[in-house]
Amino acid sequence: MLTKRIIPCLDVKDGRTVKGTKFRNLRDAGDPVELAARYSDEGADELVFLDISASREGRKTFLSVVERIAKAIQIPFTVGGGIGALDDILRVLDAGADKVSLNTAVVLRPEFLREASLAVGSQSIVVAIDAKRENGGWNVWIKGGAERTSLDVLTWATRTANLGAGELLVTSMDTDGTRTGYDLDLLRTISDLVRIPLIASGGAGTKEHIKQAIVDGKADAVLAASIFHYQEISLSDIKRYLHENNIPVRV
Amino acid sequence: MIGIIDYGAGNIRSVGNALDRLGVEYFISSAISELERAEKLILPGVGEARSAMESLDRSGLIAWLKTVQVPFLGICIGMQILFEHSSERDTKCLGVVPGSIRRFSASQTKVPHMGWNQVTLANESNLFQGIRSDEFFYFVHSYFAPVTEHTIGVTAYGGSFSAAVQKGNYYGVQFHAEKSGNAGLQLLKNFIQRC
Repeated sequence: MLTKRIIPCLDVKDGRTVKGTKFRNLRDAGDPVELAARYSDEGADELVFLDISASREGRKTFLSVVERIAKAIQIPFTVGGGIGALDDILRVLDAGADKVSLNTAVVLRPEFLREASLAVGSQSIVVAIDAKRENGGWNVWIKGGAERTSLDVLTWATRTANLGAGELLVTSMDTDGTRTGYDLDLLRTISDLVRIPLIASGGAGTKEHIKQAIVDGKADAVLAASIFHYQEISLSDIKRYLHENNIPVRV
Repeated sequence: MIGIIDYGAGNIRSVGNALDRLGVEYFISSAISELERAEKLILPGVGEARSAMESLDRSGLIAWLKTVQVPFLGICIGMQILFEHSSERDTKCLGVVPGSIRRFSASQTKVPHMGWNQVTLANESNLFQGIRSDEFFYFVHSYFAPVTEHTIGVTAYGGSFSAAVQKGNYYGVQFHAEKSGNAGLQLLKNFIQRC
């Protein structure tokens, strides 16, 4: 049976893992390669690395981090953050990443999504959507949550699937970093709408939250950061809990 | 030495990293003159069948691939093109394993089939020595191979499909062994030491 994936996410800035609240207040959370190896050993199903470096130097450092990660772990991983051109995609895949996560660039120019999926295949393209509640719906935000767009999240999710997205990584900006649980309405609505895998993100604080994202949010995978970084709940605890609740997981 | 066939399709670096981890020597090439010196061959693959076949054709490898005598392992698309035909852009494949590749039905399941799924062992094969039945491997694909007499591992998604096949010296795995943790490494080690 296809299992639900648990995906630790690491935000990387200038070669170090950091974690903030609602995209702000960044704190150091360790060496990404070391963390990657630890998560892989503990049973992570995949990993996501988001480069949030602002400088050119930071981006160069990140690429070498990707190469080191590819040598250190034997599970799939996705790389995102600031990918704006086909060359960027080829560079990170060539460095050993399995997938890239695209966000701002494809919102600004949706045709880029089609070009990217034709060039490297949909299986390597994750579209990340940052969603924020507004007037009973959700709006797409870009540039790491700094800029609002008038784009409706549901319209955009459907469109990305048609343009060649292989899966969707949906982050609720309202719940991200709050550790109060995922935005289940958002997840369920998107999961009912699109026929590609959905990764839930933003808000995990307990193992119950992760179960809810899968059962109530109908997510195929769940992404979380801080609950893993500070070792409050281990991956194996979460998997055991999900298994006990009849959710298929790799154990 | 292990030869990894380079035809510009994706995960060569990942397969190389996995072999590095096993401490196995390998080379990467698209030239028959070099590849025919390999003791074993690996055909990696990411992407889709038509472009894989086209790029093998451009490298002049197709006729040769059908006559290889050494143990041969196709991974993902590298397994699918061992079959006769793929409905992915109506593509004629190598035809060393009988059967056709078809697409998952999106009305029944989400497509692609992506993530860790179990492989139930079907027929005995050295490829799976020391690996339990129903072990987890990592899959990413939208097209699948049917279950036939050459199936050595079966996976359920919608219906059942061939997760692994063997016909003579030709082996194929639909999952990404190079990304499937310790079980994947064990499988690659089996291919290198026991096949």
